[in-house]
Amino acid sequence: MTHSTAQPLYTFELPAASHWSLKIKRGLELTLTDITGGANLGMMFYNPENLLERYNAPDTLKCQHTFKLTRGNCLYSDMGRIFCSITADNFGWHETVCGNSRKQHIEKTWGSLSYQDAQNDWRQNGFDAFLVELTKYGLNERDMGANLNLFSKVVADESGNLSLDASAAKPGASLTLRFEMDTLVVMHSCPHPLNQAASYPRTPVLCELFEAAPVADDDFCKNFRPENGRGFENNRLYHLGIGA
Amino acid sequence: MIRESDMLLSEAQESTVVPAGDYLLKKIKRGQTVRITDLEGNQAADTLFYNANNTAERYSAMDTIREQGNVYLSAGTLLRSNFGNPLLEITADTCGRHDTLGGACATESNTVRYDLNKRCMHACRDSWMLAIGEHESVGISKRDITHNINFFMNVPVTAEGGLTFEDGISAPGKYVEMVAHMDVYMLVSNCPQLNNPCNGYNPTPVEITLW
Repeated sequence: MTHSTAQPLYTFELPAASHWSLKIKRGLELTLTDITGGANLGMMFYNPENLLERYNAPDTLKCQHTFKLTRGNCLYSDMGRIFCSITADNFGWHETVCGNSRKQHIEKTWGSLSYQDAQNDWRQNGFDAFLVELTKYGLNERDMGANLNLFSKVVADESGNLSLDASAAKPGASLTLRFEMDTLVVMHSCPHPLNQAASYPRTPVLCELFEAAPVADDDFCKNFRPENGRGFENNRLYHLGIGA
Repeated sequence: MIRESDMLLSEAQESTVVPAGDYLLKKIKRGQTVRITDLEGNQAADTLFYNANNTAERYSAMDTIREQGNVYLSAGTLLRSNFGNPLLEITADTCGRHDTLGGACATESNTVRYDLNKRCMHACRDSWMLAIGEHESVGISKRDITHNINFFMNVPVTAEGGLTFEDGISAPGKYVEMVAHMDVYMLVSNCPQLNNPCNGYNPTPVEITLW
């Protein structure tokens, strides 16, 4: 762990099938923990100063030559900057290409259930969950790019066929995002769109905010690839007030 | 999957050569067929599609690959929108595989990928910005510039979760052909990338043919 303090500044248990958004300041770390195993956390990032700057999955993947996300990887905006770095991860493989479940996926896999019958056990879908949060900032589905699906291991075979490796899910899986610039974080805890579990998965996620230790010259994420060093340099310029 | 077209060039309605580094914004009506030809080989045509009647609806890489359960695009692929609807269908393909994970080059991402001093080199997202700036009436803004198709690009995913950039699939004259399932705008940036070995550091023209 790279936290500078042992005690979290704030702790929140995001309930299953729920959505949340918050602005996280540069220099804070967000530790996310899959409490029960089998969680999926959808997540997107925006620059609160310019909402047109947002997480870009292709730039993130291609500049680090990776399909999976894990410790050492940085999560890039479409402006060549780093929203946050993955400073700790005991899960090892998070995906960012499968998007969200929609109402139709949920009904097809687990049937329909009215809110009146389900109440707080309703079967929310990822797309609608994001849309609700985005609308709070004047954004809508036009602003939705590829999201992260944390705690979901999606593998591709030689022919490119995708599958969700459900065996990877385990209680206590945890990763930490260290924020390298002020970031609007939008998230949901709805099932992964490729999840074919027998019943609608209800998996809460523990969110803990810490003060991060300063980024040292030998920082693991910064030195993970030469590209990340250049990404950090773009952030440095931004914080000097030189970046766009 | 390799599938030859049965369309005849002699019956095409129009054909446009898009030089390297240029863009093409074209309306394609429902039922029309469009072919992109890699004239000299190993070129990338970075392409976005929009519902011509509601540009909030546009090509979605995530919806396309998730619904087909495969990361590569080829003959038989339904190109889906962010609303989950089929925009176009790939009906012929002599290349065999096209990428939709790698996104488009941008001046900003060039600084990260290649060198901090590459900031001012021409890039695909600049071509798109120029296109939408020059055609405001189409109603596309930067909000709508999301993840595209890289026709003729080969970006394999490895079993270990790596992403590699390889060449060798496309060649002069290879083409991909699509039929439109609704009226769409096609926005192509014919990639100007000068830093990438997969095009031999030599961007070349593509041809867009309509039936």
